[in-house]
Amino acid sequence: MSQPTMIHRYRWYELVGIYAGILLFLTFILAPFVEGFLVSLKPLALLFSSPYRFWPENGSLAAYRTMWVSVPGFARYIFNSFFISTIITVAVLLLVVPSAYAFARFKFRGSGALLAAFLAVNMFSGAVLLIPLFRLMRSFGVLNTYFAMIVPGVAFLIPSAIWLLRTYMMRIPRELDEAAFVDGASHVYTLRRVILPIAMPGIAVVAITTFIGSYAQQFIFALTFNSKTEYMPLPIGLYAYFGRQEVVWNELMAASFVGIAPAVIVIFFLQRYLVSGLTAGAVKQ
Amino acid sequence: MSVRRSTLIFAWTLLLPAVLYVTVIVAYPLVDTFILSFTDASLKKTTNWVGAANYEKIFNGTFAEVIIRTFVWTAFSVAIKMIIGTFGAVMLNAAVPGRALFRVLTMPPWIVPMAIGIFMWGWMYNGQFGMISGLLQNWGLIDGPVAFLAHGSTAFWATIVTDVWIGVPMVTLYMLASMQAVPQDLYEAAWTDGAGRFYRFRRITLPLLVPAMITMSMLSLIATFNSFDIIWILTQGGPNGDTTTMIIDTYRTAIGSKKYGEGAARAVLICIFLSIFCIAYFRVTHRLASEEHR
Repeated sequence: MSQPTMIHRYRWYELVGIYAGILLFLTFILAPFVEGFLVSLKPLALLFSSPYRFWPENGSLAAYRTMWVSVPGFARYIFNSFFISTIITVAVLLLVVPSAYAFARFKFRGSGALLAAFLAVNMFSGAVLLIPLFRLMRSFGVLNTYFAMIVPGVAFLIPSAIWLLRTYMMRIPRELDEAAFVDGASHVYTLRRVILPIAMPGIAVVAITTFIGSYAQQFIFALTFNSKTEYMPLPIGLYAYFGRQEVVWNELMAASFVGIAPAVIVIFFLQRYLVSGLTAGAVKQ
Repeated sequence: MSVRRSTLIFAWTLLLPAVLYVTVIVAYPLVDTFILSFTDASLKKTTNWVGAANYEKIFNGTFAEVIIRTFVWTAFSVAIKMIIGTFGAVMLNAAVPGRALFRVLTMPPWIVPMAIGIFMWGWMYNGQFGMISGLLQNWGLIDGPVAFLAHGSTAFWATIVTDVWIGVPMVTLYMLASMQAVPQDLYEAAWTDGAGRFYRFRRITLPLLVPAMITMSMLSLIATFNSFDIIWILTQGGPNGDTTTMIIDTYRTAIGSKKYGEGAARAVLICIFLSIFCIAYFRVTHRLASEEHR
């Protein structure tokens, strides 16, 4: 990215226009979070009073205390979510790192078609395959366990991870592994000692996007394959609460914010790598 | 020759675990769905071959209506996503102080677990006490409370708005990256020739963005067509089925009513549409890539 040069200098009315545009755009993006946060601070009486009041008068953090009791199993949901996403991420990396390397370095008959087939998998949602997956899980006897959410989750995150990591690995100079190979190193040694260390930043980006992705897709598989409270991930746990007759909204919002806080903090620090990695995978196919 | 063969074996050894995994968890269920769609499989019934009966039922029932609704819903959602996302990218591409922070602030809808973002929208749409209805009343724009999710037409648009909100960060980041890939010297050349800012945008940025826009619309189309969580959490396809898309109807039939055969037929139809999008996507990106190399 270049520094602002002559052609980037704005006149005052251009600046006003740009900031107004940004404000408009960010208002749309952030409104639900602002409203959600304000709701979590409002006492219930204020929430259900008319006319609508935007600012939380007599706001307090009470809901952040009470929700631990009134959303039963909340701590467990958070643990489940992190547990499921972590296992999925590790499994995806184990499967994807070798195959991305194979796709990046070796051209053989059918490799292009196979790569395209992986991409095609990306286009079918889990919802389309729910019936046979449900039968499959039932015949394995893993319904209502962590497996039922982890196993399909991994499959649907493999394709995009392969594409992203393959792009990254293709940018590692070929001479490096060829030199090692010529020096008599085995394929496995070359992969482990030459390629893996250099590919680490790319692998990290894949790990983060996979983690986010698995967190996001924890809805439909968990909704369908698991009905046990003790295995529910956060989105489904909160959904079960959301579906009740009397939703205590300030507590639901407080729970939501506590639930997303760890992910947001991690990503806030990693966003620079995230954006560059994402766009590299998307732009240069 | 022996080296090449050992290399080939090595490559396949690396690929095999992932290939096998995806075959068992995705390819096999795909085939199974196809076979199931010709049976009357349900929770209790033994599985009998019924031929094309499930497909005939689809077009006799309300599903034809559902298909049209799905396409309308998807078209509006993708179009609005592209417009807002590109607008955001243009604004965030401007070299103004604070833009790094503004860029981070576009990401939350994409990072946060989808369901949680949807809960927040669920509250905002609440007719009695939600923010949208509340503010509109406070500003005197509407007379009484509007329960957006309780009426067919407003629920239809409400689910679209939420889908747009979730999809916009991806579009913005992608368009932003494409804009930054535009060579700077093009702008500088145009600038020395005396071209104004708007002229440069219209004649340099916009034409070079078209391929990215097409790619992103295709990806967005596929994601939107598959959208389940938003509608399910907000309306479960209601009121009166006015927000029931193909995915929702398939879920209701297969998982809700346990009619596996009828559900599978719906799923096959979805697969056919997705395959068409998929082929179109490959052709478009292929053509764009070959144009670039020319």
